[in-house]
Amino acid sequence: MTKSVFFCTAAAAALLSAAPVLAAEGDTLNQVKSRGELICGVNTGLVGFAAPDANGNWSGFDIAICKAVAAAVLGDATKVKYVPTTGQTRFTALASGEVDVLARNSTWTFQRDTDLKLDFTTVNYYDGQGFMVRKDLGVTSAKELEGATICIQTGTSTELNLADWFKSNNMTYQPVNIDSNAEGEQQYLAGACDAYTTDASGLAATRAAFADPENHIILPEIISKEPLAPAVRQGDDNWGDIVRWTIYALISAEEYGVTSANIEELSKSSTNPDVQRMLGSSDDYGKMLGLDKEWAKRAIAASGNYGEIFAATIGEQTPIGLARGLNAQWAQGGLMYAMPFR
Amino acid sequence: MTDLPGGASPPFRLSMLIRDRRYRALTLQAIVFILVMLVAAWLVNNTVQNLARMGKTFDFGFLGNRAGYDIPFSLIPYSSDSTHLRAAMVGLLNTLLVSALGCLFATVVGVVAGVLRLSSNWLISRLMTVYVEVFRNIPLLLWILVILAVFTEVLPAPRDYRGEDGAQMILFGTVAPTNRYTAVPTIRIDNDPGTVSLAGFQIDAALLAFVTALLAAWLIHRWLRAWAAARQDRTGMRPSTWWVTLALFVLPLVGLMWLFGVHLLTPELKGFNFAGGLNLDNGFVVLVLALTLYTGAFIAEIVRGGVLAVSRGQTEAALALGLRARPVMALVVLPQALRVIVPPLISQFLNLTKNSSLAIAVGFPDLRATLGGTTLNQTGREMESMLLMMGIYLVISLLISAAMNLYNARVRLKER
Repeated sequence: MTKSVFFCTAAAAALLSAAPVLAAEGDTLNQVKSRGELICGVNTGLVGFAAPDANGNWSGFDIAICKAVAAAVLGDATKVKYVPTTGQTRFTALASGEVDVLARNSTWTFQRDTDLKLDFTTVNYYDGQGFMVRKDLGVTSAKELEGATICIQTGTSTELNLADWFKSNNMTYQPVNIDSNAEGEQQYLAGACDAYTTDASGLAATRAAFADPENHIILPEIISKEPLAPAVRQGDDNWGDIVRWTIYALISAEEYGVTSANIEELSKSSTNPDVQRMLGSSDDYGKMLGLDKEWAKRAIAASGNYGEIFAATIGEQTPIGLARGLNAQWAQGGLMYAMPFR
Repeated sequence: MTDLPGGASPPFRLSMLIRDRRYRALTLQAIVFILVMLVAAWLVNNTVQNLARMGKTFDFGFLGNRAGYDIPFSLIPYSSDSTHLRAAMVGLLNTLLVSALGCLFATVVGVVAGVLRLSSNWLISRLMTVYVEVFRNIPLLLWILVILAVFTEVLPAPRDYRGEDGAQMILFGTVAPTNRYTAVPTIRIDNDPGTVSLAGFQIDAALLAFVTALLAAWLIHRWLRAWAAARQDRTGMRPSTWWVTLALFVLPLVGLMWLFGVHLLTPELKGFNFAGGLNLDNGFVVLVLALTLYTGAFIAEIVRGGVLAVSRGQTEAALALGLRARPVMALVVLPQALRVIVPPLISQFLNLTKNSSLAIAVGFPDLRATLGGTTLNQTGREMESMLLMMGIYLVISLLISAAMNLYNARVRLKER
């Protein structure tokens, strides 16, 4: 009896002295390094952006960002663990420390940036919300969708845009709430909704996976701005800088003509001082981030520069067939403008 | 050690807390209580610290902000300009509606299936056995998904009703089942008398007229039965009253319907969807159907157990007294069976109410989908939304429990 009382007291004391905090501590860089693996929150499956193939290997536009960050930080683009997140779970997963970086076509909005305590790094894709309908409906404009039933992913910014757009156009609609892109695809194909709405890039990617993509059209109206940006937790500025400048390195590389093919050669021979600084041939910029000298070189070598990634995953040569449009380099009339490496 | 009779108890020593049986129980309870409180304090402390670390505050102010999203199924006026609190109310009412309908239908299905399973007809009793075993042994979520899939894949799309050779509306062209909703006619009142003010409430005059007519008919019917019973006592002959009762209920209703110009408005295909009638969302129909069939299977077993618990001798004694089959059931067996049936029935109603939160699987906007779904996502207030939702479900469950306990107290064996 005496023993068990003693045990209870000991247990209580142990409970009291146990560390009261379970959530991740601030320094993400050291955590990733000691873990030897980057945990990347991605889409549950959106062809072109993030989708696993038959062997379980993830590929896509967002995946390339994860790989580049892993290459820059860990020196190995394969050391990434992909955690699929839904529109509902993504920000909680990031805030609770379940993932290190969220590269999951998420729109940068005021409220998410401030109230949700996220930190968006930089836009990697400028998107807008569109509608997809069956061709045989005979609809050619979103303005003709009066009274239509529309499938919408719940918990997304598109859900709010949809409500606002129909209201401002004095139109009515019936929302069908769905949880993931796969469910939306299924409901739309079964005819449970007349139109499916999400980011135009997402629509193109979804349509590419249909058996009969030619029977579906994406309506010309783009009803919102959807700047998609990888996000990190607010409060770890150094980690935010690493992700942000990794993306800038990919964009700059395209601007300066550095590709995965010529990067080795250029890192030795380039006379462009910007390229020299970025690739670590002259100054050691990696040290300022807490990384080594060749971080950007490895990031670019992982899947190529921004233009190469775009062309390989979602560009016009792929089934998704997205034009560069707003996502062209600033010198070509687009919005992709990396801050200078200086 | 036991109390020494008459003698003074020995002086208290600290070791008696453990060695004396009188104090040992108290000591153990105190220790367990302290441990539980320590764990609770640790959890709360952990939560507060982690919220602070993430820079999040704990505050319900977001409920007053504009919701900004639309809800497809609402019992009260709601638009995207309403507040999150209003959205939560819409969800709460939808949850209550689904739960109330589910409990009602499940009880009907359960009682019928439970009694039929005791039937002496081999085929009927085996069919009910199959129903009960199939439904209660497969998870509810699977039933919901299967029934939804059947509705979505098998039924025609609204636009398939267009044209001569398309799908045809059923029930004399008034009801159109589609893969999104079932379009049913609504009641339309042509000569709407408006509302009347009664004790400060605005009440629909037509509704008031109908309720008054039905209430009057019922009161007259009761008086009529009393009169017939008195007559029977006096003369031994019970006068036939059923046709008066029928007229009492039917004639005023027909008269009022003619007066107000009440008629059915059949849904028509306009644009993408049916309009004019009422579009019963498939999510709603599927959810009520699945909850009814699933919980009905459990209730059937409870009813069967209750009936079997009444000793066979009771029935035989009643029959020996000359009672017929129906009075035997209504006056002897059922009142005794209810004592066994009601307590487990409470748990089934509670289960059904809580299971209604699976509405998320069919996109039906219940409390879980509005407050715990879109509102939670758009505002990022996980802690507040979840706690509020848990509180609401707890209150609903406690209310159901309290109501059913009151009923149980009424049917309980009265020991005088």
